[in-house]
Amino acid sequence: MIKLTVNGKTHEVDVDPDTPLLWVIREWVGLTGTKYGCGIAQCGACTVHIDGVATRSCSIPVSAVANNQITTIEGLAQSGTPHPVQKAWVALDVPQCGYCQSGMIMAVAALLKENPKPTDADIDAAITNICRCGTYQQVREAIHAAASA
Amino acid sequence: MNAMPKFNRRTFLVSSVAAGLSLGFHIPFSDEAHAQDATPEVNAWVVIKPDDTVVIRIARSEMGQGTRTGLAQLVAEELQCDWSKVTTEYPTPGQNVARNRVWQNFSTGGSRGIRESNEYVRKGGAAARMMLIQAAANDWNVPVAECRAENSVITHQPSGRSTTYGKVAEAASKLEAPKDVPLKAAKDWTIAGKPLKRLDTVAKTNGTQVYGLDIKLPGMLVASIKESPLLNGKVKSFDASKAEGRPGVRKVVQVGDNAVAVIGDTFYQTKTALADMPIEWDGGENVKVSSDTIAAMLKEGLGAEQAFVGNKAGDAKAALASATKRVEAVYSYPFQAHATMEPMNATALYTPERCEVWCPTQNGEAALAVCAEAAGLPVAKCDVYKQDLGGGFGRRGMSDYVRQAVTVAKQMPGTPIKLIWSREDDMTHDFYHPISQCKLSAGFDTAGNLTALHMRISSQSIMAYVFPQNLQNGMDPAVFQGLTPNSPEGHFGYSIPNLLIDHAMRNTAVRPGFWRGVNTNQNAIYVECFMDELAHATGQDPLAFRQKLLADHPKHLAVLNAVAERAGWGKPAPAGIYRGLAQFMGYGSYVAAVAEVSVNNGQLKVHRIVAATNSGHAVNPAQIERQVAGSFVYGLSAALYGECTVKDGRMQQENFDTYEVMRMDEMPKVETIVMPSNDFWGGVGEPTISVAAPAVLNAIFAATGKRIREIPLKNHDLKTA
Repeated sequence: MIKLTVNGKTHEVDVDPDTPLLWVIREWVGLTGTKYGCGIAQCGACTVHIDGVATRSCSIPVSAVANNQITTIEGLAQSGTPHPVQKAWVALDVPQCGYCQSGMIMAVAALLKENPKPTDADIDAAITNICRCGTYQQVREAIHAAASA
Repeated sequence: MNAMPKFNRRTFLVSSVAAGLSLGFHIPFSDEAHAQDATPEVNAWVVIKPDDTVVIRIARSEMGQGTRTGLAQLVAEELQCDWSKVTTEYPTPGQNVARNRVWQNFSTGGSRGIRESNEYVRKGGAAARMMLIQAAANDWNVPVAECRAENSVITHQPSGRSTTYGKVAEAASKLEAPKDVPLKAAKDWTIAGKPLKRLDTVAKTNGTQVYGLDIKLPGMLVASIKESPLLNGKVKSFDASKAEGRPGVRKVVQVGDNAVAVIGDTFYQTKTALADMPIEWDGGENVKVSSDTIAAMLKEGLGAEQAFVGNKAGDAKAALASATKRVEAVYSYPFQAHATMEPMNATALYTPERCEVWCPTQNGEAALAVCAEAAGLPVAKCDVYKQDLGGGFGRRGMSDYVRQAVTVAKQMPGTPIKLIWSREDDMTHDFYHPISQCKLSAGFDTAGNLTALHMRISSQSIMAYVFPQNLQNGMDPAVFQGLTPNSPEGHFGYSIPNLLIDHAMRNTAVRPGFWRGVNTNQNAIYVECFMDELAHATGQDPLAFRQKLLADHPKHLAVLNAVAERAGWGKPAPAGIYRGLAQFMGYGSYVAAVAEVSVNNGQLKVHRIVAATNSGHAVNPAQIERQVAGSFVYGLSAALYGECTVKDGRMQQENFDTYEVMRMDEMPKVETIVMPSNDFWGGVGEPTISVAAPAVLNAIFAATGKRIREIPLKNHDLKTA
């Protein structure tokens, strides 16, 4: 049994300790907002916060995060109020297919916590998530909008 | 954990109520949900609930391109409903078949969603409006001509009485549909043509959007699959005992003659069990296939005698022989993977009486047909519940993963099974952008006029593989996208007195497919980079050279002029910045782009792209801008990195570490000029991709003097001596 705290709620899961956190979140905890894209920490669709740090959950075994606070896209809003990044995403109509956007939003939320007014160069360095629809231009605009909100 | 996604529940109910079908549901529904959803439709396109909620039925698949919002705008425009109350739902392919295809084509590809269906969906909205007004007039016992509808409110003008759509919808549903349904002129639009927000954004920002990969059904298991890593290979043998008995593993099954699947409780369990299971494959002759053997086969086609002719004027060969000056070049374009962010997946529930599939698909009816075939059941006993796609780009027009899911589920009747492809499965079992080479030969007269062009394409045919019935006497007309004379789909804009564009079909063991932009991608590179070469070879400005040759095609010329003007073509660029341009026509739309790049110490940076598109009508200019910007990401990813290679009969790239794509740091600023001429209907999702690569390649030449004739750019050293 591995204890896991996701979005403030503790779960006990009877799972192979090598199982990637992503799949425990999706299949054992049942939260599917965190996406599988590559399984090798390349695309960022699986990004969650571990103790506030953006982390690619497909490449970290669940046993490594038993004592940490995990936040997924479902836990980003605070008491029903969307996070400023989520608000900016809606205001600027960022998503197209939307599949990468959970990870994108989680990565951006962590960036803004560290660096509340990122420059374009900061964004380029920090946000390396893949979007195949090509929303990068709207993502950049929305990051700046969220930063000045 | 075991709740059905709400969306599907509603779709089920629509089927039972609206279609009056007996579908034999397996999933129990609450009475409350049933009562709420039991509103009869006004017609196939429109359901209005008592609370005035407008449900618009969308037949095409939403994969990010915005077709849901655009089609809803067209229906709502004619319905004259309150846009803030609009929601949408997918009818199922099974319902479409059962209702004599009342929603017509479900297939979502070729940038056809809006341009192909705009008229009948608008008529659907208009007919519903007429029936709602008629119902109110009947209720009031007044002439219908005295009533008007606006914003979901119907008013009897002489008396000032009013009612809402929700109040008369049930009565309207019982009326006969009007026969003569006039449509508004585009100039009178108030919902269509406007830059409205998408209808589906919020769920994509909070994790509630359900994709195929997120489907949960009671008692569901998952399956991992290993399909032959050898091109068109077969399963020779496998040792199931290495997987069976492992935690979470339920069953090992063969899938057709070319794959093995492990069924189990969770994906990590099935994936690791499958990885540890020895499987022997038979690749036959294809184990000798490599990128080199394919390139040699294509090269032979460049000089072959026999070729299919796609465009011909005058006598190009004779004119070339007598030309004062000749220019020749050979270009090529590689295989590329779609790499949708959501890997292929499908969930199937089979019983001997019925088979159902939940999946992301661009072609719901094809998925239904494949489901029925694989299940061995009549179509009437099957259905497909479409989920919004985590990317499509043409890949999900194919139903191979649906067939696999049903074949797996059939071996465990009564248990829903979600087949999940890994990224590696996805990238090595794509239907790839076809590989292609092109030899171009041009001739000039003494006055420097372009008198002859021969363009010989040697390439794989998508049609020969996917729709062989669509070949015309062996010819694949789609190879000539954007190169044919007088085609509303995309005609060649340059007037050249002696022209020959022909195709030597050279099909390979790698299965090809429709890949966003399809054949316009390489055709635009061939034509537009070569035009640039010709301009430079004769000392002419690339814009002026094209303008002269496009004089007979004002719409081609208009988009080209628009980007040139906006980008400041002919005026000095900022220091270190160089420009390239391209124009093309595809999917019924006219597109052009100017790229601004710098190359420093071999390092390319694309700073800015100015793009223009004339798609005839522009149903949602804000979403068109997003599609154009996104199309450049797809096109530039292809130009910079996109290449799948073959060695010993295997696809070599398996994931994003070896098949790289563009990220934020490489995104140029894209300025889009949406310039509808409002006299035709063109596509949006694909056409602008084609001009991304040639505009950048031409700008690279301007910056470095290096003429890149084969992508991707990662294989080239851009350092100047």
